[in-house]
Amino acid sequence: MTMDFEEIVPVQAAAPRAVERTETPTGEIVLKVDDLTVRFPSDEGPVNAVQNLSYEARLGRTLAIVGESGSGKSVSSMTVLGLHNPERTFISGSVMLDGEEIVGASEATLRKVRSAKVAMVFQDPQSSLHPFYKVGGQIAEAYLAHHRVSKAVARKRAVEMLDLVGIPNPDRRAKQYPHEFSGGMRQRAMIALGLVNDPMLLIADEPTTALDVTVQAQILDLIGDLQKEFGSAVILITHDLAVVAEVSDDILVMYAGRAVERGLTRDVLARPNHPYTWGLLQSLPSASEDADSLKAIRGAPPSLVHLPPGCSFHPRCDFQDLVGDACLSQLPELRSVAPGRLIRCHLATPDETLNPEAALIDHQEISS
Amino acid sequence: MLIYIARRIAMAISVLLVALVATFLLFFAGPADPAQSMCGELRCSQQKLEDIRHSMRLDRPVPEQFAEYFKGLFVGRDIIQSGSIKECSAPCLGYSFRSQREVKGAILARFPTTATLALMAMSIFLTIGVSTGVLAARRRGTGLDRFVVGFTQVFGAIPYYIVALLFALYLTVLNPVLPRAANISSGVGPWLVGLIAPAIVLGLVTSTGYVRYTRSSMVDTLAQDYVRTARSKGISEIRVVYKHALRAAISPVVTILGLDMAALLSGTLITEQIFSVDGVGRLTIQSLFQDDLPVIMGAVLISAFLVVTMNLVVDIAYSFVDPRVRLG
Repeated sequence: MTMDFEEIVPVQAAAPRAVERTETPTGEIVLKVDDLTVRFPSDEGPVNAVQNLSYEARLGRTLAIVGESGSGKSVSSMTVLGLHNPERTFISGSVMLDGEEIVGASEATLRKVRSAKVAMVFQDPQSSLHPFYKVGGQIAEAYLAHHRVSKAVARKRAVEMLDLVGIPNPDRRAKQYPHEFSGGMRQRAMIALGLVNDPMLLIADEPTTALDVTVQAQILDLIGDLQKEFGSAVILITHDLAVVAEVSDDILVMYAGRAVERGLTRDVLARPNHPYTWGLLQSLPSASEDADSLKAIRGAPPSLVHLPPGCSFHPRCDFQDLVGDACLSQLPELRSVAPGRLIRCHLATPDETLNPEAALIDHQEISS
Repeated sequence: MLIYIARRIAMAISVLLVALVATFLLFFAGPADPAQSMCGELRCSQQKLEDIRHSMRLDRPVPEQFAEYFKGLFVGRDIIQSGSIKECSAPCLGYSFRSQREVKGAILARFPTTATLALMAMSIFLTIGVSTGVLAARRRGTGLDRFVVGFTQVFGAIPYYIVALLFALYLTVLNPVLPRAANISSGVGPWLVGLIAPAIVLGLVTSTGYVRYTRSSMVDTLAQDYVRTARSKGISEIRVVYKHALRAAISPVVTILGLDMAALLSGTLITEQIFSVDGVGRLTIQSLFQDDLPVIMGAVLISAFLVVTMNLVVDIAYSFVDPRVRLG
């Protein structure tokens, strides 16, 4: 590679959006999802992937979206990039990204937003990178899509991004194909691709699921470090509560396409106010107990085509008998139980019911 | 990379050798008298039969015959024709005692016509097949997609010779909107336009297969994660579809293209016969009717050579399309 100093582009094109991690959400709202509903047609009937979902993401903060497979967590974030096929998806509600409506937006608008304002790191870096193109070229392509620069400049930028995400010999690596990378390196390259245009929002969809356990922590640390450096908002989609406790500020728990609990991660994990969140925490292994005491949530997630009537979680809920028929017949509204804390549950006193003093989850234990 | 190509070439050569032996045995070690077949005349004179037997070494054991045949292919051989000796230079594909000329010359004279027809048809079926296939895949499940799939199935199911016959009848005979085929000796212009009608039929009918291969391959590829990644970069949909998806989807299409081109370059029997195109295919049919064994053998050998070569080309093309193949 020839060195042409005039062409070097500073990695931090924009000034870092300085934000400190704070107790209360203060960062500027970059993403506001309001009453989002996503449905797909299927042979058995419409799949209710997401229903009446609302949340927001703020600069400098990490929002964890938690739920089982099929809870709608990935589907809702794909909507933020407008990645659903409009001909085969019904979407209603609003997704405001930096003041721009994404739902129903034109292809031209979506193109301007993708990668420039919001980028996504997908679950499996093996299948998410194009097998036929060099890694550097794939990153440069995203930069070229939003900057009027020469290919050489874009390539240089790609090498800098690979360097930034901790890939050794970035110059040489940029000229290699994805199959010549290890799993962790591939995910780093995906993160480099995600951040190449300095987006204000990075969505990481289970970024560590397909990786070796030893590499998982490195990738999460990298995302955290880069967030501090770039000051962007991060949405972390995961089913791993240990990860949530470690890296996120806010949490949104989803079940069967709906939000069931929202709040500060610290509060929610310490004192869950929804039986589903409570069940998830109960099912975590802890160092002090033996493996036999793992408590799985009974039953299986419902079919999104035939949702149970009333509260979707009632067939699996341990606290249904405290409420009675309402759980079977009436969908609970999302209601505020404390400032910034929302739950979707019929329980009259969820906090007292789920967190009697003896059953308090030790926050230290989870986050360790 | 070089090792990969070298290995492919070695494999191709060994396959060709096997094909060579098989072709030889098929005609020479069979129950029919090859000399009689080579003569190409119903009542062959004793003198001519003797000439043939002698120059083809048919009076010698089979291994020696093969050695002579093999030698002809690589260094050339001498042919005795009516007492005089003719030199058949390498690669000697044989000598037609019936038309009194070398097989190589007979085939080479027809080859430009066949190759031009094949290339014209290819440009038609690749353009129509791939673009329609991509379109159907992008609109999967819509009315357009269903129409394309249904139409190609119905159209592709009609026997080819019927389609070609009707096309030739209606467009070059009853309503002569397209000129009929002309021999290259009557000028390059008439010869070239004469190939338009057969190329259109061949191209259109062949394209139905390409529509379906491309469509199914694209449907798979468009659902791949890396296409989603490409789309999330903010690049144009055209670029997503053609640079990212089609690049990956085209591999199986290229495989079939290689085999189809080998078949088309060996001469399209039905098309050339129906449209009276003086190509290799028509030569093969004529030789079959005239029992002109050397020409048939030559055509079979060239066909085998083309199939093996096109497979080799496809294999090497793969390594350029898919970087992962280069390791193998």
